[in-house]
Amino acid sequence: MAKAHVTTTVNGDEYEFLCEPQQSLVNVLRDELRLSGTKEGCSTGDCGACSVMMDDRLVCSCLVLAVETEGKHIETIEGMGTAENLHPLQRRFLEINGLQCGICTPGILVAAKALLKKNPNPTETEIRFWLAGNLCRCTGYDKIIRSVQAAAEDLRKDKSNGNHS
Amino acid sequence: MATILEESGFNPDADLKVVGTNPVKHDGLDKVLGRAKFGADVYLPGMLYGKIVRSPHAHAKIKSIDISEAKKLPGVKAVITGADFPEIPQGSGWGDMSRTTIAREKVLFDGHPVAAIAAISEQVAKRACKLIKVEYDVLPHVIEVEDAIAKDAPILHDYMRTKGDEDAPDVPTNICEKMVSKIGDIDSGFASADFIVENDFDSKPMHQGYIEPQGCIADYSQDGLVELWTCTQAPFVYRDRLSAILKIDAAKINVQQSELGGGFGGKTGFYAEPLAIVLSKKASAPVKMTLTRTEVFRGTGPVSGTKSRIKMGCKRNGKIVAAEAELYFQTGPYTGSMYFNAPNAMFTRYDLPNIYIEAYEVVSNRPKVNSFRAPCVPQIVFGVEGLIDDMAKKVGMDPIDFRLKNAATEGHTTIYGDTWGPVGFVETLEAAKTTEHYRTPIKSGEGRGISCGFWFNRGGETASTMTLAPDGTVTISTGTADVAGSRISIAMMAAEELGIDVDKVRVKMSDTNSLGFNRVTAGSRTTFSVGMVVVDNARKCIGELCRRAANEWGVAEEEVKFENGEVKPASSNVGDFAPMSIGDITSKTTMTDGAIVSSSSMNVTGAGPGFGVHIVDVKVDEGTGRVDVLRWTVIQDAGKAIHPLQVEGQLQGAAIQGMGWALNEEYIYTQEGQLDNPGFLDYRMPVASDVPMVDCKIVEVPNPLHPFGLRGVGEVPVVPTMAAVGNAITAAIGIRPTSLPMSPPKLLDLIEKRDTLYP
Repeated sequence: MAKAHVTTTVNGDEYEFLCEPQQSLVNVLRDELRLSGTKEGCSTGDCGACSVMMDDRLVCSCLVLAVETEGKHIETIEGMGTAENLHPLQRRFLEINGLQCGICTPGILVAAKALLKKNPNPTETEIRFWLAGNLCRCTGYDKIIRSVQAAAEDLRKDKSNGNHS
Repeated sequence: MATILEESGFNPDADLKVVGTNPVKHDGLDKVLGRAKFGADVYLPGMLYGKIVRSPHAHAKIKSIDISEAKKLPGVKAVITGADFPEIPQGSGWGDMSRTTIAREKVLFDGHPVAAIAAISEQVAKRACKLIKVEYDVLPHVIEVEDAIAKDAPILHDYMRTKGDEDAPDVPTNICEKMVSKIGDIDSGFASADFIVENDFDSKPMHQGYIEPQGCIADYSQDGLVELWTCTQAPFVYRDRLSAILKIDAAKINVQQSELGGGFGGKTGFYAEPLAIVLSKKASAPVKMTLTRTEVFRGTGPVSGTKSRIKMGCKRNGKIVAAEAELYFQTGPYTGSMYFNAPNAMFTRYDLPNIYIEAYEVVSNRPKVNSFRAPCVPQIVFGVEGLIDDMAKKVGMDPIDFRLKNAATEGHTTIYGDTWGPVGFVETLEAAKTTEHYRTPIKSGEGRGISCGFWFNRGGETASTMTLAPDGTVTISTGTADVAGSRISIAMMAAEELGIDVDKVRVKMSDTNSLGFNRVTAGSRTTFSVGMVVVDNARKCIGELCRRAANEWGVAEEEVKFENGEVKPASSNVGDFAPMSIGDITSKTTMTDGAIVSSSSMNVTGAGPGFGVHIVDVKVDEGTGRVDVLRWTVIQDAGKAIHPLQVEGQLQGAAIQGMGWALNEEYIYTQEGQLDNPGFLDYRMPVASDVPMVDCKIVEVPNPLHPFGLRGVGEVPVVPTMAAVGNAITAAIGIRPTSLPMSPPKLLDLIEKRDTLYP
């Protein structure tokens, strides 16, 4: 079967890859680009472990065909922060123990970041409904919600201090 | 010298500096950065992709398998069937395990593997799967326990006779085992009761629901060595089972555990791993296999569905005098459900004079069950704690007071023969009474439920090494898995004992070549058992540090002591020597006796039983049968919480898993015996918007057999969950649900029944 040639930007870097027309974005991110931080939990858009941003829109990368990403900008967990410069969400998840096994964590962090960009001061209910597409089996969600609440507060403080990064 | 098993050194007045704090877990950073490597995250040069062909039938004879077309497809490097596996007789433990991995004579459940393929890409492997032609002779199947034990039931195994039942006739049966447990005299117990309550209960299988599907990569080198990278709770158990069913020396198999994306018991037994090894051998290349979610549901172990009849009797003063039960457990197509936990644990926490339990394990055409937190216990406790509530109501007592009246205490001898040391059931119940939740009156239209749970907690074979580096930092190798953060707790116990900062300690999950056998990470044994061997290692290292310091100072070993991470003279009489840190001593190994290393391997004993109480408030929509869980509080005895945030995480996660089992989660089969809901859309696990915050109250009644007093915490908190929800629903709607899950259609039926019974 002829493969398609695709050029896309992932975390600010330009990538070219060949893929079969039916290959999903998560499949290409992991198996072709070896960006394995994005996890595949169900392949049907139900668990959210593969959440990434595509042109500023939160998507399940298992439901996006890799060929659809031509010319698009993809952001994955690998682009979210570094050990020296963690995103407030990453820092709060660590401090509050918002992760146990960690398999859902990349998807939840990406989804939560998208929420806070849209809604910097979400209520507990708004956080719970936004994250309803991200399954976690370890935590019972309690410390995930608390981590997002704490990070939202951090980001609001950052912003009022004039740090817009 | 006494071993740590004989003398734990537990000191209730110890001034602990690290234990009881909440440092960030060392494995956390890679996990929030997307760098952590889970089962599916390893890629090797020349690697192939493996895929499994599965049976579409619940029960069928395999007449033939034609692999010729699949083999011809370009890019296919190996095709295997059951014929590629060593022959092991049916009905033996290893024979069953081998046949669960890949079918031989018959397929026994929808999703049973019949062949596997390795190809240059996942896409090619998937195409090749469709080219394999299997001819089946479809047989009548049986899914439910009551159908499987009926007289004319389709029989799965002609050779099967009921183990443990001497009266059973010598004819084939689907009942694999019978177990009878008793205390006292059940008939006179019931004769002395003022009130008797009795009900039938049933539960459906739920899946462990880990978000990481099984993923592994196997590399069979041409000199016969196997390297296996996999997400597992049991690297050593996998090695030894692989050795047995593939007939490869255990020493030639090296299992390296990856990060584990959830297990909850479901990754204590392998699925794709043997197939990946045999494919790798045949293709002479590494083979990676990752299950899809559909395969996880169809092919990997859910928990046992059950049917039970439970009867209990009490005196007017609230003292329970008799308890009787008949229990049936699904095990899938082969024995091995751990059903025996139920009779041992279902009533254990109460001091009952008369008990009689008959428990049966039953095969049917379902996937082989696997462990899940407190295997086989929560679904039975659902009935027990419901009847306890019914009795409390009959005698007019507060549900916690009723349980306190019957609570077992130190010195209690259990139905399985152990006599308890210090236990914290009474303290846990008392703590529940003082929670703000319990003291807040329930609103009209809502219902509150209380329930309790017990788990044995486990020890077992545990081996670990400790290595002191020249700079004084410490590496610990463990052969257990880290299922949710045990590495940090282990590092904390070592840091506490060694008197150093926890950041100076790192815990590495070892491969099986590098350590002695470690039992499966399950049963709430890991932090407890590894804690024992790690503290043992720390003490041995401290002994060696003292010896070397004494040598250097030219004094006797008894004249030095180890305190706050330093070796110092035991008294001012010894001499004026500046204290030496660990690094001061380990940096001089060139001049002394080489590196300081300690190894400890033991069959750990002394696990302290654990107890929990859950309080749940619900509201039931009587128009739709939907249940909203409004508030949930977990009270549990942790002995000593090493890392309290991690302990809370265990309690909260278990509560919500139990909530799913209570309200939604179940396996649904078609008439043809095919699983009808093998995906997260139709198998509905709780999502963030379904659940409340879960409040926790950690009680600490120390287990003196552990150096820091800890008890395991992972199993207990799931045990009371469904009963707590069930009791809350009963309080809300005025009639008791007895069937799990308590899903909207069932509750609507029940509400209708109530309105007919009590118009």
